[in-house]
Amino acid sequence: MARSLTNLYDVSKCTACRGCLVACKDSNQLPAVIEPFKGNYATHEDTNGNTYTLIRFIEHEDPVDGVRWNFLKWQCMHCFDAECMKVCPKNAYTKTEWGATIHDEDKCIGCQYCTYACPFGIPKYRKRTDTVTKCTLCYERVEEGLKPACVRTCPSGALTFGYRDELLQQAEERVKMLRANGFPRATIYGKLELGGTNKIYVLTDTPDKFGLPVEPKVSANTWVWQDWVQPYAGWLIPIALAASATSFVTNRILDSKKKNHAEGGHE
Amino acid sequence: MSPAFGRGAMTNHMVDLKNTDVALIMGSNMAENHPIGMKWLGEGRRVRGTKIIHVDPRYTRTSVVADVYAPMRSGTDIAFLGGMIKYILDNDLYHKEYVNAYTNAAYLVADEFDFEDGLFSGYNADKRSYDNTTWDYQYDADGTTILKDPTLTNPRCVFELMKKHFSRYDIDSVCKITGTPKNKYLEVLKLFCTTGAPNKVGNIMYAMGITQHTVGSQNVKAFTIVQMLLGNMGRPGGGINALRGENNVQGATDMALLFHIIPGYIDSPMNSKPHKDLLSFVKAVTPGAANVQANNMEEFRAAVAAGIPNSGFKINSSKWVVSLLKSWWGDASKPENDFAYHYLPKREATKNYSHIAMFEAMDKGEIEGLFVMGTNPVVGGPNANKEQTGLSKLKWMVSCDLWLNETAEFWTYAAWERPVENDKVKILSPKDIQTEVFFLPAAAVFEKEGTAAQTGRWVQYRWKGAEPVGDSRSDLWMIDHMARGIMDLYKDSTRPEDEPIKNLTWGYGHGDEPEPILVGHEYSGYTVADNKPISAGFAALKDDGSTACGCWIYCGQMTTKPDGSLDYKPMHRDNVDNSKTGLGLYSNWGWCWPVNRRIIYNRCSIQPDGVTPWPGDDDRVLIRWDAAAGAWVGDDVCDTGKTSPPDKANPFIMRPEGKGCFFAAKGSFKDGPFPEHYEPWESPVRNLMNSQKFNPATKVWEPEKLGKVEEYPFIGTTYRVVEHWQTGALTRNLPWLAELMPNMFVEISEELGKLRGIDNGDKIIMSTTRGDIEAIACVTKRIKPYIVDGKEVHMVGALWQFGFKGYATGDPANRLTPHVGDANTMIPEYKAWLCDIRRA
Repeated sequence: MARSLTNLYDVSKCTACRGCLVACKDSNQLPAVIEPFKGNYATHEDTNGNTYTLIRFIEHEDPVDGVRWNFLKWQCMHCFDAECMKVCPKNAYTKTEWGATIHDEDKCIGCQYCTYACPFGIPKYRKRTDTVTKCTLCYERVEEGLKPACVRTCPSGALTFGYRDELLQQAEERVKMLRANGFPRATIYGKLELGGTNKIYVLTDTPDKFGLPVEPKVSANTWVWQDWVQPYAGWLIPIALAASATSFVTNRILDSKKKNHAEGGHE
Repeated sequence: MSPAFGRGAMTNHMVDLKNTDVALIMGSNMAENHPIGMKWLGEGRRVRGTKIIHVDPRYTRTSVVADVYAPMRSGTDIAFLGGMIKYILDNDLYHKEYVNAYTNAAYLVADEFDFEDGLFSGYNADKRSYDNTTWDYQYDADGTTILKDPTLTNPRCVFELMKKHFSRYDIDSVCKITGTPKNKYLEVLKLFCTTGAPNKVGNIMYAMGITQHTVGSQNVKAFTIVQMLLGNMGRPGGGINALRGENNVQGATDMALLFHIIPGYIDSPMNSKPHKDLLSFVKAVTPGAANVQANNMEEFRAAVAAGIPNSGFKINSSKWVVSLLKSWWGDASKPENDFAYHYLPKREATKNYSHIAMFEAMDKGEIEGLFVMGTNPVVGGPNANKEQTGLSKLKWMVSCDLWLNETAEFWTYAAWERPVENDKVKILSPKDIQTEVFFLPAAAVFEKEGTAAQTGRWVQYRWKGAEPVGDSRSDLWMIDHMARGIMDLYKDSTRPEDEPIKNLTWGYGHGDEPEPILVGHEYSGYTVADNKPISAGFAALKDDGSTACGCWIYCGQMTTKPDGSLDYKPMHRDNVDNSKTGLGLYSNWGWCWPVNRRIIYNRCSIQPDGVTPWPGDDDRVLIRWDAAAGAWVGDDVCDTGKTSPPDKANPFIMRPEGKGCFFAAKGSFKDGPFPEHYEPWESPVRNLMNSQKFNPATKVWEPEKLGKVEEYPFIGTTYRVVEHWQTGALTRNLPWLAELMPNMFVEISEELGKLRGIDNGDKIIMSTTRGDIEAIACVTKRIKPYIVDGKEVHMVGALWQFGFKGYATGDPANRLTPHVGDANTMIPEYKAWLCDIRRA
C-alpha cells in the first residue's frame, strides 16, 4: 500500500471561523441548509446530506481551568478498517491507495446500513439523490495534486495535509508542547482508535471534552453483516435488503437518542 | 495615537505580529474579525513562543487561543490600563534608557496645569469643554525651548506628574471598577510587563472595543503610555496596532472620507478667520506657525527653509496643501489666486459634521439629499430607529450597493415592523414617506480594479477577477460619471462661484470605465511641467505650484520605468522577505505609506547611539547609523532624517517635540493631556475614581434619552461574528454564510438567564430608551457577571449585523444604541449602554 495521505487537525490552532465548512460546500457544490439558531454557534447539529463537515462548539467549565470553549471539526474519519465499507451490500465504498474512503453514489441503493454501522455516525442519507453521502477527503483534488478544499482554505494553520507518518510525528511533538504549556491532558486522536484513522486530531483535552467517543466501537450488527451476510451478498441481496430494513427499524428504536437519520438530508 | 506619536495609523503590520514576545489583544475579537491576521500570532507562537493575552468583556473565539484571558467590564479600559501604568512605575519595570531618550518624560509642565477630582485645569461646565492653554510645557526665556529635567525628579516633569496622576489606580481600586478577578489581573500585569526588559518586545492590538466609547481616544492614549514605558514602540514585534475593521478603511481615512480633514490628515478649512486665506491656513495647519512673521507665501517659505517654526516634519505642511490644490485645480491654481484656496469648501467652524451630527441634522430636516455608498445606517448607525426616521425627511436618497439593503428599503412596510409597541418609537408607513429613493447597483470587490490600503498601511493593487453582474458598476465609474455629468452642467457658467466645478482637473481615461492607475498617478504626485511621477516621495513636493499631489502621504508610490511607462508600486508582488534577520518586512510586496516604511518610528529599534542594538535584541534592529556613509541604513526605510546623526535623529518626527508624548500638550485632546477613568454615558455604577460621572468633555445630544439603572439595569454591548461582514448586507445574502449564522441572537450569562427566567434558545425582547428588538438568547458560560464595587453587574451582548433583508434576518441591535460619542472623534459609544431583557 502506498504511504497514507491524511489531514491533521490541530484544535489548539483552530479559531472556528468555519471557512472549511464553506470551502467544502463550494468544492462539492452542496446547497445551504438554513436551520434556525438554537443557542449554539454550531447551527448544524450533525452532518447531513448537504453538509459533509462542520465545527462543533462545546463549552466546559471546571474550577481549575475555568471556562473552555472547545472546537472540533467533525467529518468522516476515513478509518483504515472502515465499517461502512464492510457492511455495504453493493460495495459502493472503496479505499484509495493512499487511504481515503470513498463512496460511489452510482452503486449506492440508499439502504443506509452504513449510517448505522459507522462508529462516528458520519454517512447521511440524502433524499434528493436517494443515496448516502459523506466527506470524500477530496480524493479528486488530491489525485490532481491539490490539497483538500478545507485544508486549502484554513487560515489559522489548524488543518494540514500530507503523509500520515510525517503528520503523526508533528502531532506528537505538538502534543508534547501543549502538555508542557497548560494542557496536561493533550492527546492525539486517530492514531490507534479503530486501528487507526486517516484523519488525525491533536486535542487539547480528553476526547470526551470534544464529543468524541473515547473508545469508538464497531456495532455488533457489523459482525453479522461481515461474517454471515456479505459473503453471500451476490445472491442474498433481496434478503439483505430485508435485513437492512429490519435493522433500520431496530436501530432507530435502540438509538432513539440520535436524530432522525432518514430525514437527515434536510432538503 | 497622533498626540503621542504624531500619526494615528497602525505602527507595525500584520506579518510583524510574528516577531512579538507578548501580544496583548484588548478591545478586539481578533480571531473573529481578523482571522487572517491572527495566523501571524500563531506563527509567532511557533517560531518564538509568543504569549497571547486577551482582555475582553466576553470569552470569545480569540480567548480560546490566548494563553491568558482576563474579563473586564465594558468601558473600563482606562482603569485597567491605569493600573498597569502604576504597576510598571511602582515596580520599576519601565525601559529606562528608552524612556529617557525617546519620550517627553523629562519635559517640565506649566505650573498652571492642574488636575483635581476628574477635571483638568481650564474646564467650563456650561460649555462642557476645556480651555487648554494651561496644558503646556515650561519654556525658557526665549519662549520656544522647553525646559527639561533629565533626572526625572522635578515634581513638574511629565514623568512625576504621570506618576502622581496614576497613583490612584492601585490594583484593588482597579479590580473594583473593572470587575476583573484580581488573580487574573495580576497575571496580565506580570506577563505583559515582562516586555519592559530591553530584549523583550510586546505588541498591543485593539479595535472597536477600544474606540467605540465616550473615552475612545483616551483609551488609545493609555496604550501609548504603556507602550512607551515598556519601550515597545518603533520596534519589530511591538507597536500599537489598530486593527481596521474594513479592508480599505485605512485607505478611506488616508483619502479623508471624514469631515474634519482633507487628504493626508490635514485639517479641513473652516469659515473662520485663521483659515481666511492660504497663508493663514498654512500657518494654522503647521504646528507652532501661528506667530511666524510672514506677510505672504514667499516670506513663509523663507521661514520654513530656515527651519522656523519648530513643528517636526509637519513644517512642510504648506507644500502638501499647495500640491493638493494644484492637483485639484491645475492651471486655475496659481500663485496670484492663492493657488485657488478660495475654491475649497469651508466648513462651519462651530458645527460638527460627524455621523451622529449629520443624522441629528437630517432629523431636523436640515439635509435634502444623501448618497449612501458602502454603508448601511439602518443597520449600522447608532440609534438606528432615529436614523431611519431621519432618512424619511430627505427629499432624495441614492443607495449604491450590491443588494437592496435595509437602507435602500428603509421606506418599506418590513422596515417599520417592530417587535413591541413603544410610544417612544416612531413608526411610519410607505405612504408617510416622500423621500425619492434611487438605487445604483454596485460591483463587488472582485468585479472591479484599484487599490486598497490594509490595516498595516500596505497599499495593494487588486485586479478584476470577474465581470460585474448585470448592470452593476464600480464605485469609481459612478463617481467619474457623476463628476463628468455635473461638470457638463456648469461648463458654460460665468458665475465665479461655479469656478471650482468648471475648473476642476478631471481626467481618468477616455473610455467608459475610468482607469484606476490615473487616479494613483494623481495622488502619487507629479511635476507639473512634464506630468512625470515624483519618485523621490513627499520630500520633493514644493509649495510654489511646480508640483501637484492629491495625497502627500502617498507621494512616491509611482515611478517611471526606463521605457517611460508608469511603475505603480502597489502592483508589485515580490514575496521575498528582504529582512536579513527574517522579520518579514516584504518591502517589495505592494507599497506602504509613508515612503514604503514598513514599521514607523523605527529609529527606536536601536539604542540612542544609533549603532548598538538593544541588549540581547540584535535580530530586531531595523535601521542603524552608518558613520562612514553619514546616513541611516537598514532593511526598512528610516523614520528620521536620513542624514541626521544619532544625537539629532528624533524618533517621532511628526511631533513638534520629536519625542513620544506621555503628556499630550495643548490642543491635542479635547478631554485632557492624561487619560482618566470616567464611566460610559449610561452606566450601572457610579464612578469610583472621581466624581465626574462620564467624560466631562463629551457632547450630549439627547439628554432625555439617558437610560436609568432602575429601569435598564444591565450593560448592553454590540459586536460582530466572523460569519458576517459589517452590517451583513453582503453576507446575509449569501446562503452558505447565512446558514452559519442564520438569526439575530444575544448572549447572556447563565446567572442572568436564571434571574430573568431565560433558557438557551428562548426568544427575548431587549430594550433601551431608544427602542426594542427581538432576538434569540444564547445562554452561555462564556459570559460571567462582573463583581463591581461588591455588586453583581450583568451584561447582554448583541450582534449588530442583522436586518430584515437577505437570508439571515433579525432586528438590528443598533435600534438600541445611543447617540453619544467620543469627545474627540465623535465615534459613537456602541460598546457600553444600559438595557433590559425579558422573555418574549
